[in-house]
Amino acid sequence: MTDLGWIDSALTSARPQALAALLRYFRDMDIAEEAFQEACLRALKHWPQNGPPRDPAAWLIFVGRNAALDHVRRRSRLAALPDEAVLSDLDDQEAASAERLDAADYRDDILRLMFVCCHPDLPATQQIALALRIVSGLPLRQIARAFLVSEAAMEQRITRAKARISAAGVPFEAPGAVERAQRLASVAAMLYLLFNEGYSTSHGEVSQRAPLCDEAIRLTRLLLRLFPAEPEIMGLAALMLLQHARLPARFDREGAIVLLEDQDRTSWDRRMIDEGVALIDKAMRHARPGPYQIQSAIAALHARAGTAAETDWTQIELLYSALEHAQPSPVVTLNRAVAVAKVRGPQAALDMIEPLAARLSGYFHFHGVRGAMLLRLGRSEEARVAFDRAIALANTPAEAAQIRIHIDNLSAPQSRDGRHDT
Amino acid sequence: MQYAILCYHSEDIVGAWTKQEDDAVMARLALVHDKLASEGRLGPVVRLLPTTAATTLRKDREPPLVLDGPFAETKEQLLGFYVVDCASLEEALDAARDLAKANPGGAYEIRPISIFHPGGATSAT
Repeated sequence: MTDLGWIDSALTSARPQALAALLRYFRDMDIAEEAFQEACLRALKHWPQNGPPRDPAAWLIFVGRNAALDHVRRRSRLAALPDEAVLSDLDDQEAASAERLDAADYRDDILRLMFVCCHPDLPATQQIALALRIVSGLPLRQIARAFLVSEAAMEQRITRAKARISAAGVPFEAPGAVERAQRLASVAAMLYLLFNEGYSTSHGEVSQRAPLCDEAIRLTRLLLRLFPAEPEIMGLAALMLLQHARLPARFDREGAIVLLEDQDRTSWDRRMIDEGVALIDKAMRHARPGPYQIQSAIAALHARAGTAAETDWTQIELLYSALEHAQPSPVVTLNRAVAVAKVRGPQAALDMIEPLAARLSGYFHFHGVRGAMLLRLGRSEEARVAFDRAIALANTPAEAAQIRIHIDNLSAPQSRDGRHDT
Repeated sequence: MQYAILCYHSEDIVGAWTKQEDDAVMARLALVHDKLASEGRLGPVVRLLPTTAATTLRKDREPPLVLDGPFAETKEQLLGFYVVDCASLEEALDAARDLAKANPGGAYEIRPISIFHPGGATSAT
């Protein structure tokens, strides 16, 4: 890697810490961002000559804070602080800020930085876009590409979101235990949204959108390092890793969706799976299950099955019942029905699915799964109607193509099940 | 004499590498591994999973205390390590507890291994 490549990685990785600390100092997102930006420019100037500082985040906080204070001091004709050119590395002046990096309140800084992006007034897409801009520091162009909108539209979206959070006010008081847990839950939900934004990609968009999954995993690992004893954060990280591990197998050469049971399991990313399983192991010791842990346990059962036929569907159904209990939702019930079909057959699954019709009538997967069950019961005409409905609701051409295979197979009744969990 | 070369780096930075950057580093390292291996000098090579996957057993008390996360104290020094095959974290903790009984004080960090090459160096002392 070139020197500049190293600096890029260092700035990216230091950003959440440095920006979060600057936000605490200045209590203003715009000033904090400008200060960080200025510090990055100076890093690009000084680091190639002086070598990287031992603690890049501390350096950026110190230099960024001075740069912003300089503007104020110059106006008030006070003496400026020493220029960072004389700082080869952490010296006494930096020690104070470095010390704060180790302090317990520091993790609350990063949590706060992530939490301001989760304001409940903001629609989900704006929360994610804001987090990518503020916490990750992704360039506008890249965020716009990931969301498949123009740069101008994305800029407007982010500007609006920023205005919204600054009007709402950033909570600067140190959170109590209950509030910290609530913030953690909001941030976890936002990170999972970010992950899903990347995960729900079609083949043609993988290069733009899959990096969102990587970014969600990176930020979740960061959160877990700050809150190492939170089993739901372990579960969330595990869930993301286990799902993202399947990326190389999710599309065929033509870009069509490959269903989970048809995927080439040898191309799943073993390192991600190992990490996910290790995190579940850690989480389970706490005996405090939650939705992310349960979902990651389901993903782990898929990951552990060497072939689709070896999948432990009985266990998966049990886990979906637990999930239904922890987080009741018709989509969870639909997923459980797929497991039920494997264990007890299509009629039992259909009996579970039919009552969901009112709430899921606009949901692609509902009609896909229902059609597949009807097909297996030999009710071809009803199956065809369900599949037509699914195609009309498909979110991507690949989803529609996946259903068309079923319709094509209607004359040849040895069709596969409508697995939708790819 | 055999030497252990222990790898330290900022996890934040390594974690910010793209897959391409990570692959490129691993490919460059593999060239060095190959050279050492062809000379019969390379022993086990290990890449650990991130510290978020770590669990620490503090064995300076009885019973030992299990903590989430890596060993983060600076007053103790790294003196050695084991590679043990375990079906689960619980099994790894059991092994660590047995070791702790034989050698109390300090701590064991239990970290899953991501990549393991057994290596072929033979000059054990």
